[in-house]
Amino acid sequence: MLLKRLIVCLDVRNGRVTKGVRFKGNVDVGDPVEMAARYCAEGADELVFYDITASAEGRRCDLGMVARAARALSVPFSVGGGIRGVEDMRAALLAGADKVSLNSLAVDNPAILAEGARAFGRQCVVLGMDARRVGPSAAIPSGYEVVVRGGRQPTGRDAVAWAREAVELGAGEICLNAIDTDGVREGYELDITRQVSDAVGVPVIASGGAGKPSHLVDVLTQGHADAALVASMVHTMGYTCPAIKEALHAAGIPVRIPRHA
Amino acid sequence: MVTILDYGAGNLTSVRLAFERLGETPRIISEAAQYAGGRIVFPGVGSAGSGMAGLRARGFDALLRGAVRDGVPVLGVCLGMQLLLAASEEDGGTEGLGLIPGQCKAFDRAKAPEDKIPHMGWNTVRHAEGHPLFAGIAQEEAFYFVHSYFAAPERPEDTLGQTAYCGERFAAALGHGALAGVQFHPERSGAAGARLLANFLTWEGKPCC
Repeated sequence: MLLKRLIVCLDVRNGRVTKGVRFKGNVDVGDPVEMAARYCAEGADELVFYDITASAEGRRCDLGMVARAARALSVPFSVGGGIRGVEDMRAALLAGADKVSLNSLAVDNPAILAEGARAFGRQCVVLGMDARRVGPSAAIPSGYEVVVRGGRQPTGRDAVAWAREAVELGAGEICLNAIDTDGVREGYELDITRQVSDAVGVPVIASGGAGKPSHLVDVLTQGHADAALVASMVHTMGYTCPAIKEALHAAGIPVRIPRHA
Repeated sequence: MVTILDYGAGNLTSVRLAFERLGETPRIISEAAQYAGGRIVFPGVGSAGSGMAGLRARGFDALLRGAVRDGVPVLGVCLGMQLLLAASEEDGGTEGLGLIPGQCKAFDRAKAPEDKIPHMGWNTVRHAEGHPLFAGIAQEEAFYFVHSYFAAPERPEDTLGQTAYCGERFAAALGHGALAGVQFHPERSGAAGARLLANFLTWEGKPCC
């Protein structure tokens, strides 16, 4: 049976994992590769590294970090941020990343999804999408609008329509981040997750809002997600991957419980 | 010594690094003449048609046939495993190496509309007890898969492990003599995958102890 995945996300700022604290800037949480290796050993099914300052600062994705991660990790990982075209995707994959996540770049230039899929296979191409609740309208029937540049810029596009188009072009997976619930820790946005997951034939990773294990249970059942992404739950809130997996298992969700270390 | 075949079918970085984590330094070769002996790992992602073309262009088809004849342990991974079979439905029908009778078929979503293609993620493997490749690996242990075609060997005894997906119970691992193949990615399958690669490094090429 195909198992539901627990994915740990590391937001990387200038080579360090940081966590935003409202009104207080960012707190340094640790080295991304050391943290990822620990989560991998504890049973995380996949890791995601987002270089959240690369694009804004016009920097490329940190290939040194990607290469260190590839040496350390024995589970798949993806990278996002600072990817400006197919050559950057190639460099990240050759450095050892399994997948590359494209967000604003794919909205600006959807053809990149097709080019990436043609060059590397669609399993390497993840569409990262940020969606904001706006209420259903003629232009946005799902009630969720795609936003870019970290949620600052609306696009006028319907999230479900964009998901369908991206998959048709070549995205092999969608990481759907709900802006309204991101960082709030009161649960994932189940409505849009279910809409997107039901609309496309590729796996959907739910992101944004995890604060306790029952939130993952909800999004993996009612939200129809294939995988759930967590960040602060494991970085700073004291939850561990094994404890989250145990809770999912107890709720009847099939997950990987590694049987030997 | 482990030799990894580079035939232009995808990226070998993660396979090489997985062996390095086990303390082994694989030799990567891009043509048959560079082969200097030792067990062979034969990875690969991409389509069957271009994979076979890449193998032939580098003389690796003959190298693999010779290795099988000589009882050299060979491990095919993902596309590498699929190419061990006689044929694949992919690319309008592709002739494989024919080292194991059978063919590679496409998943049919009509059999299980809920199941997404490619089959991507962690799935469980039930293995044939006693094969050295799975020594120390629990039944129903999870491995990481990414594929849209699956192996259907003709002889039941060539199936070393099975996985259920999209209305099929397909061969997640194949083996015959010193030849073995896995559909999943041991290099991306955590401790269980590392154990399988370590087992391969000490395997003498016999199906049983």
